Amino acid sequence: MGLLDYFRATQPIANAGSATVAKERLQILVAHDRAARGCPSYLPQLQTEILAVIRKYIDIDMNAVTVSYEQSDAHEVLELNIILPDGPTSSR
Amino acid sequence: MAKIIVITSGKGGVGKTTTSASLAMGLAQKGKRTVVIDFDVGLRNLDLIMGCERRVVYDFVNVINNEANLSQALIRDKRCDLLYVLPASQTRDKDALTKEGVARVLEELSANYDFIICDSPAGIEHGATMAMYFADDAVVVTNPEVSSVRDSDRMLGILSSKSRRAEMNEEPIREFLLLTRYDPSRVQSGEMLSVDDVQEILALKLLGIIPESKAVLTASNSGTPVILDRESDAGQAYSDMVARYLGDEVPHRFLHTEKKGFLSRLFGG
Repeated sequence: MGLLDYFRATQPIANAGSATVAKERLQILVAHDRAARGCPSYLPQLQTEILAVIRKYIDIDMNAVTVSYEQSDAHEVLELNIILPDGPTSSR
Repeated sequence: MAKIIVITSGKGGVGKTTTSASLAMGLAQKGKRTVVIDFDVGLRNLDLIMGCERRVVYDFVNVINNEANLSQALIRDKRCDLLYVLPASQTRDKDALTKEGVARVLEELSANYDFIICDSPAGIEHGATMAMYFADDAVVVTNPEVSSVRDSDRMLGILSSKSRRAEMNEEPIREFLLLTRYDPSRVQSGEMLSVDDVQEILALKLLGIIPESKAVLTASNSGTPVILDRESDAGQAYSDMVARYLGDEVPHRFLHTEKKGFLSRLFGG
């Protein structure tokens, strides 16, 4: 701290507390990262294979299937969400 | 059987190589036969930090490819008889480190050494995964800064899922936190994450706190592991870390700012 800073009290106050912000951001981020880490590694492949099977019968978009995985204390939920096209389904 | 220690971080520039050099030197000075391996293929730097860059003839990849044997590639440290360096290759072929090759070299070293230190490259690519795959212990080097802490947490996830111990369902790798470039004065003024903050997020056993220190650059300039600079705060902090790793109870130092005199507070310094 130089001579001028010694009298300029505003600067340290502006910086103070940025560590608290950093910690809060990190806690949220790390919790989120760790939740994603629990996902089984087969999820992406599962998604493409399910999509392939459905496309055998219904003409759906490549992005129409979403697979999500959630983990709570006692149970795990594998959620499959398939968006069917609006019009009459054309069988192949 | 040697103990294999990986020095890892995810993020670059946090002090992995500095830590590898000082930990290796510290262990060797305590009478342990130690070898330190540079896994950063293509960007070798450990030889520079150890001060043996002009003595590199063969490297890690040469040994893996059977172009040289271990005794030809290992460089004995001039300051400590028990310490050897295995330099990385400057080849640009990153896949030169095969799992089988690395396993063979580590096994061969294991018979003759007490500790094998693996200096991991930054990132989570092939070189980094090879450096941690066979580890028994991991030292996660972290700066008190958001991106470094986040990357360290990612690295912990990889250590617990993609290592040999994890794949073989053996006892997991022992993980330690080493906080580097710590600036107590900035922590005190609330600008920098404190040890407790980082500990709360990562929840690891704290191996040491290395203060931000001019001695680190001075040491790397001259190719001397900073642990040999016994006068410096960083050197002493690394000595404490080695003792702690070997099981001694050493209190953490350099956590608080030194009291400055009135004049130095006025005029900076």
